[in-house]
Amino acid sequence: MAETGRLTRVPAPAPVIGPVTLLRIAIILAVLAIWEFLSHSGWLYRDVVPSLLAIGRAMVELLTHGEYYFNLGVTAAEVGMALLIGGVAGVAAGILLGANRFLSKAFESYLYYLGPTPKIIFFPIMIMYFGVGPESKVALGTLSCFFPVALSVAAGMRGIDKVLIRVGHSFRANAWQMVVKIYLPAMRHPIINGVRLGLGVALIGCLLAETKLSNKGIGFLIINAYSTFDMPRMYAMLIVLFVLSIVANAVVGRLGGLHTIKRQ
Amino acid sequence: MTAATLRKRSRLSAYAPALVGLGTIVGFFLVMELLVQTGMVNRFIVPPPSEILGSFGRVIVEEHVFSRFVLTLTECLTAGVMLTVFGVAGGVLMHRFKLLQQACETWVAAMASAPIVLCYPLFLVIFGRSAWTIIMMGFVAALPPVILKTIEGISGTRKVLVNVGRSFNLTGSQQFWKILFPAALPTIFVGIRLGLIFALINIVGVEFLINFGGLGQLINDLAERYDLAGTYAAICFVILVSILFFMTLEKIERWLRPVD
Repeated sequence: MAETGRLTRVPAPAPVIGPVTLLRIAIILAVLAIWEFLSHSGWLYRDVVPSLLAIGRAMVELLTHGEYYFNLGVTAAEVGMALLIGGVAGVAAGILLGANRFLSKAFESYLYYLGPTPKIIFFPIMIMYFGVGPESKVALGTLSCFFPVALSVAAGMRGIDKVLIRVGHSFRANAWQMVVKIYLPAMRHPIINGVRLGLGVALIGCLLAETKLSNKGIGFLIINAYSTFDMPRMYAMLIVLFVLSIVANAVVGRLGGLHTIKRQ
Repeated sequence: MTAATLRKRSRLSAYAPALVGLGTIVGFFLVMELLVQTGMVNRFIVPPPSEILGSFGRVIVEEHVFSRFVLTLTECLTAGVMLTVFGVAGGVLMHRFKLLQQACETWVAAMASAPIVLCYPLFLVIFGRSAWTIIMMGFVAALPPVILKTIEGISGTRKVLVNVGRSFNLTGSQQFWKILFPAALPTIFVGIRLGLIFALINIVGVEFLINFGGLGQLINDLAERYDLAGTYAAICFVILVSILFFMTLEKIERWLRPVD
């Protein structure tokens, strides 16, 4: 018998903007409104809170000038180099410590406690060794990046499934083949995680070193804007820098995640 | 082989890694001493370790290390108190209002990965070249982990504990103070520990960068005077202080969560 007369509820159309997005928009608008109010109120020193228009103008000026991209390139090269050197050294040290219990017991506690110490204090030494150019910034970034990568890889190495290692041994893989074919693929998550942490601290290391002593790079531009009291430009640079660093962090994390999805 | 010999041997093998670690460091310093003394390494770039060791006393007495240490510690603890109050309150607030948590948690996580310490010139403009610039920098840079860990701690309260609270007809406030908060306390302390570590790193860093305050300024001062042995000694001192600070925090954390 055919079904007749049954009422079926038509699902309500999903709202175009969800409550979370609405709240986010409201928060952003509220912050911008408070900011604009403060900038015109005269309660704070002039230019400490510049108007949004001034910041916007400074941002446009910043992003349309070749000088900014040159300095961005310098900082990116320094951070990339630091990540490469510190990352490779960190992975090598991590594999060594993770593979050998004795070495781990002997040295890992030093890495563990040296890792979170403030690295910028080594900058005077780096200047002595490498001069005032980009090399000293790379060295500081490398030093910052090494510890999180090494500790993360060492922990990852200990977490590798023993079966995989036995498979490698049963195929009579030599040390290099074990590293390339077994350890590194099995440790992709800790490595990506370490690189993510390393990227953050290398970026901070290089930029802070640039603010202390340099004549190029984003850190130099920021401290230069401070010295000339060009606050809208400083805000614009900080905003762009934050966005870039968050995007870089997300990209590294996403790459790691995508890799996993493909493998599973 | 007697049991005593076996015991002795196993005790020795237990200490062997630590001895090797320590021996490597001592060996490294001895090799450096030899290289510097023989002129193979320039002593105007790397001072001999014996000179660094000798300058410890001078730096401690002449540079008023103790008062500088107290200053840095005070800045760090002030930032720590602010972190605990605002970080935990922020986390609780975000947990209480789910919509706020959904809207803002990713922002807080993004803040944790942003180089906030780069804002120190901005803080210099707002607070001037004072201890408040350093404290506020430490506070702001270390806030995200405290907020995130507080949310994690409260959200991770075991369902059975929450149900016990419900079965006793506890009010919202009682449920929070008697169930949620005590259960979340160990995780919240992990956040506070991370926050304090971040705060110390940033505080010493900013002291060094703006040449103001305690231990960070000492390194900058000595480096500018080209007192190399003193600079190395001050760096070693800061590292030792940092390590002691982390160890103390770890001990407190272990005391707070003895089950783990």
